[in-house]
Amino acid sequence: MDSATAKIYRENFKEISPALTPEEARIEAHRCLYCYDAPCVTACPTKIDIPRFIKQISSSNILGSAKTILEANALGHSCARACPVEVLCEGACVYHQWQERPIDIAKLQRHATQTLQDNGIQPFKPGPDNGFKVAVIGAGPAGAACATYLRRLGYRVTLFEKNKLPGGLNTFGIAEYKMQQKVSLEELERIFALGAELKLGVEVGKDIPAEDLLSGFDAVFIGIGLAGTHKLGVPGEDLAGVWDALSFIRHVKDRNLKPLGRSRTTVVVGAGNTAIDASTQSKRIGTERVVMAYRRGRADMSAYGFELELAQTDGVEFLWNVKVATILGTRKVEGIRLVGTKISQGKLVEIPRSGWNLPCDRVIKAIGQTKHYSLSKALGLKLASDGRIQVAPKTLQTSHPKVFAGGDAINGGKEVVHAAADGKRAAHAIHRRLQPDAELPPGDEYWVSTIEGRRVAPLQDRA
Amino acid sequence: MIDLSTDCAGIKSPNPFWLASAPPTNSGEQVMRAFEYGWGGAVWKTLGQDPPVINTTSRYGAIDIGGQKMAGFNNIELITDRPLEDNLREIYEVKKRFPKHAVIASLMVPCERSAWHEIIDRAMDTGCDGIELNFGCPHGMSERGMGSAVGQVPDYVRMVTEFAKERSKVPVLVKLTPNVADIRFPARAAREGGADGVSLINTINSIMGVDLNTLAPKFSVGGKVAHGGYCGPAVKPIALNMVSQIATDPPTRGLPISGIGGISTWADAVEFMLLGATSVQLCTAVMHYGFRIIEELNAGLSDWMEGKGFSKTSEFIGRAAVNVVDWKKLNLHHKTVASIDHSKCIGCDLCYVACNDTAHQCIAIDRRKGNRKPHVIEADCVGCNLCALVCPVDACITMNNVKTGHKPLSWEEYTASGMKGHKEVYKRMHG
Repeated sequence: MDSATAKIYRENFKEISPALTPEEARIEAHRCLYCYDAPCVTACPTKIDIPRFIKQISSSNILGSAKTILEANALGHSCARACPVEVLCEGACVYHQWQERPIDIAKLQRHATQTLQDNGIQPFKPGPDNGFKVAVIGAGPAGAACATYLRRLGYRVTLFEKNKLPGGLNTFGIAEYKMQQKVSLEELERIFALGAELKLGVEVGKDIPAEDLLSGFDAVFIGIGLAGTHKLGVPGEDLAGVWDALSFIRHVKDRNLKPLGRSRTTVVVGAGNTAIDASTQSKRIGTERVVMAYRRGRADMSAYGFELELAQTDGVEFLWNVKVATILGTRKVEGIRLVGTKISQGKLVEIPRSGWNLPCDRVIKAIGQTKHYSLSKALGLKLASDGRIQVAPKTLQTSHPKVFAGGDAINGGKEVVHAAADGKRAAHAIHRRLQPDAELPPGDEYWVSTIEGRRVAPLQDRA
Repeated sequence: MIDLSTDCAGIKSPNPFWLASAPPTNSGEQVMRAFEYGWGGAVWKTLGQDPPVINTTSRYGAIDIGGQKMAGFNNIELITDRPLEDNLREIYEVKKRFPKHAVIASLMVPCERSAWHEIIDRAMDTGCDGIELNFGCPHGMSERGMGSAVGQVPDYVRMVTEFAKERSKVPVLVKLTPNVADIRFPARAAREGGADGVSLINTINSIMGVDLNTLAPKFSVGGKVAHGGYCGPAVKPIALNMVSQIATDPPTRGLPISGIGGISTWADAVEFMLLGATSVQLCTAVMHYGFRIIEELNAGLSDWMEGKGFSKTSEFIGRAAVNVVDWKKLNLHHKTVASIDHSKCIGCDLCYVACNDTAHQCIAIDRRKGNRKPHVIEADCVGCNLCALVCPVDACITMNNVKTGHKPLSWEEYTASGMKGHKEVYKRMHG
């Protein structure tokens, strides 16, 4: 890395949410009310016992706290940074009812898991070998979580990952100022140290036939996420300087800015959380002007409010109700032609003669990802109408009894924590399928012991 | 105009706040600085015979509770380790410069008449306003037959108080140790010996904890620990009880009390005074924050008095003591039930789990539609207060009086009448 790039990362990619000092953690932990049947736990897709881990911090049992977190969420170390806690645990904190700042759950979680990580502690042991073999396709959050629980239950696990590094979007897709790549990798190193075999650079369906997994393994878990970015379907889409958001972010994450070239004006198309990540990171690598263009209004954007605020703070400009007509340029991007839109009779329509050209030298597409179809096809899996792999909601079993799936491939693109929850759920379902008589592992469902009797929290909705 | 001045056993001070005999009053320089900040009096760090004691290093320990530093504090420091002559000279100097402030010489010598006579004679030359007999220090000095070794034996308390009274020309306060089964006995003995007043509580025998890494008790002196004296905010309720016992015990009723034990704020001080203390002594809070806390102690007390319409401290001292009674005099027909204000409830459900797991199973939650706000089953509520105590929100859970329609009935009256109508009384109060 040259010194200019190093400076950019040092100055512009500081963590936006820095770690707590031990004193801050202690004070914050003591603020927690230790709610009964706490709403933060209900709001967490992996059902971390949050009041308990916070109590452990306040009682100086930091490593015990980390264990509580990682017991429920194998990717708890990453999730402490990657989770949109504003809409999950922290959003549910009862302090809101008091018009008070919620407990800083994410930072407390990070305090605990980072302490464990810094001490090089492996909190779990692999289970005694039971002889069963499970293939995990994709070493992203879902696959890594699934592998963790399976190894702890004594299964022989092989992960097939097409990339040269594991972690999927956890490694390549989280904005660098939220979570540095090394956090994902150090967590995965600890996970794979439980004894899962990791085959990197191997794409199932291309490097090895998918059918081989069905014959060579007792169960298969699919955590392949989503495929490339959708096409805009406009002229000029193949010009140099047109990027899909995930490749762009990946270069930023890899701290390899050369292939991106320089940009004075970047237009980011879309208004989801990925569009925000692409915009803010464009700004931070030194792009003078970054414009987010979205075909609908602000109220329809899928990005979280706090993400939009971040982009505003970074000086990103917004164009609402505009559609891309053409990407202009001969060999490389020279501009973008935008057309105004409006809603007419419930439909999005172009406003006639509203087009104008916005000079720019880079266009980033952040308009959602397509699905992987070939693997599902090869395995003969049933798909939902929008291409997601269809699964039974409780077990995540696909239409093929040996095959389970989770993460973005079944939910169409959610958070790391949802994928981690799926990986855990599927691991337990695989365990129940392969060893129906074995004792059930704890925490496969979220049980709370209430005074009225044990009850299970509602499953996450899977729209 | 609010007059904060007090007269405790004939010792007058511009306000009721005295520094207790402890490290903050170790030297004239400190005491004068304290007076400049506004303290009303100072009980000098206890004087003893020469040669002075030798202290250990590592002397103080503390426990933090719920993030609050020094909620409880302990020490193994002995009496002054400075030569007697130095202390006496400084007391004289301080008294000369601050004639209106109370300077009390705390004394501790072996239980011999001559020893006490000698030190009191010397103390008289300093012009001090009073003397305090240290019968309380529970560590170190007690092993040498002084401090709490005296305070724990009423006969010694009486005897040494008599020794002191034989020579003292100023009021004599007897500082009592709480490390006794019943504080009333040493207090009665002090009065019998002629004490002008008592000060309490001294510190409580304590070990502050054990280091879970080294497996040695905490705040050790090279790995060994001797029990220390416990004080600080955590001991206040114990002190309040003992003060009230002396204020209400017929043989000691009216005996002036200087209240000590966990006082950190003006409100703490008012509580001691309402239960019968004429002056109060502070140490831990001062050791935590410095002499400057006196500004708020004086201001807070003055504001409270003004709000309550009191112009002199004597108008409220002891006012709450009359309401401290034996259990047998409490009204069995008094009934309160809890009420939860749903507009304030934040849904933490701490009252719910506390009541159901550990109290009387009379709070329920109607969980329909995701509701988290509990309600009280009034018919079952025994009015125990637990829910209101655990609730983190001010005034969300209130305990409301319920008219039972029955005349007050105490256990004393009830048993005197041969427990007449037992079933009915039981049923009325317990459903």
